[in-house]
Amino acid sequence: MKSELSDTVVDLTDLEKLVINSLQGSFPVCAHPFAVAAAELDLDEATLIATIEDLQTRGIITRFGPLFDIQKAGGDFCLCAISTPVDQWESTAEHLNAMPEVAHNYLRNHQYNLWFVLATEKEEQIWSTIKQIEQDTGYPVLALPKEQEYFIGLHLEV
Amino acid sequence: MATDSDLIRAMQAGLPLCPEPYAEIAARLDIDELELHRRVNQLMSTGTIRRIGLVPNHYKIGYRFNAMTVWALNDEDVDEVGELFGRQTSVSHCYKRPTYPPSWPYNLFAMVHGRTLDEVNQKVESLKGLVGERCKSTEVLFSEKILKKTGLRLNSGRTENA
Repeated sequence: MKSELSDTVVDLTDLEKLVINSLQGSFPVCAHPFAVAAAELDLDEATLIATIEDLQTRGIITRFGPLFDIQKAGGDFCLCAISTPVDQWESTAEHLNAMPEVAHNYLRNHQYNLWFVLATEKEEQIWSTIKQIEQDTGYPVLALPKEQEYFIGLHLEV
Repeated sequence: MATDSDLIRAMQAGLPLCPEPYAEIAARLDIDELELHRRVNQLMSTGTIRRIGLVPNHYKIGYRFNAMTVWALNDEDVDEVGELFGRQTSVSHCYKRPTYPPSWPYNLFAMVHGRTLDEVNQKVESLKGLVGERCKSTEVLFSEKILKKTGLRLNSGRTENA
């Protein structure tokens, strides 16, 4: 299966490491945020913008901008899993990936091998989407909406 | 007047990589740039925006091992163990989720990331030590492939027509 993200580890320059380590959280809200963020890192604005652009083009960062808690924004999301026969996950994954409601999709080493996140604006759309997936794929969907959040805050140091 | 949903739609693909990204977003929304700053700060204070910054592809930066650890606990223990796991630096996300016994008995999920399998296994062992006898069974699911990762999005057309 052709995946848009390869899993090859890349070598990073010191500049790239600095940018990745420093900008996972607190990008400023002001007229010239790249200039402000760059100054804190002892860089110039153009270098910072070019570095982020290059990291994005190479798929080393998947996005740059605000990260939303979609539930607080009035939307909803739901972790789901499907169990397919080992040699049949690709067609199901392709079907799921083509759906705009599917935000993430991972292959995992378990009987439940496809793990995906549905994101919709309204809660009832989660359930109609799940029903649709069950009809289209023929597999029952394990629906695992979060009932309580204890922590979320990933910072990856490079 | 731009609604919160309008703001989110305008920014969910990311900020434009130019010297004045907020000015560009404000222009798209047809609002004043300072008004956009105010609204973004407001969304941050309510937690609707969790943070602003970059999201690394953890595989490409060397975090090749991403383990979803799942734990079957008694209902009365989930909150306490969830809070405890959430305080560990090794855990990036920790949630309570519904169970479907017997095929899926796990009510607590904790994500653990590492550069090597050993690193992740050590982190998982230390979680096992913390939870002790309260855990009835546990499994570790490693990701073998990212098949899609677009970020969570409000999708427009279909929803507005619904």
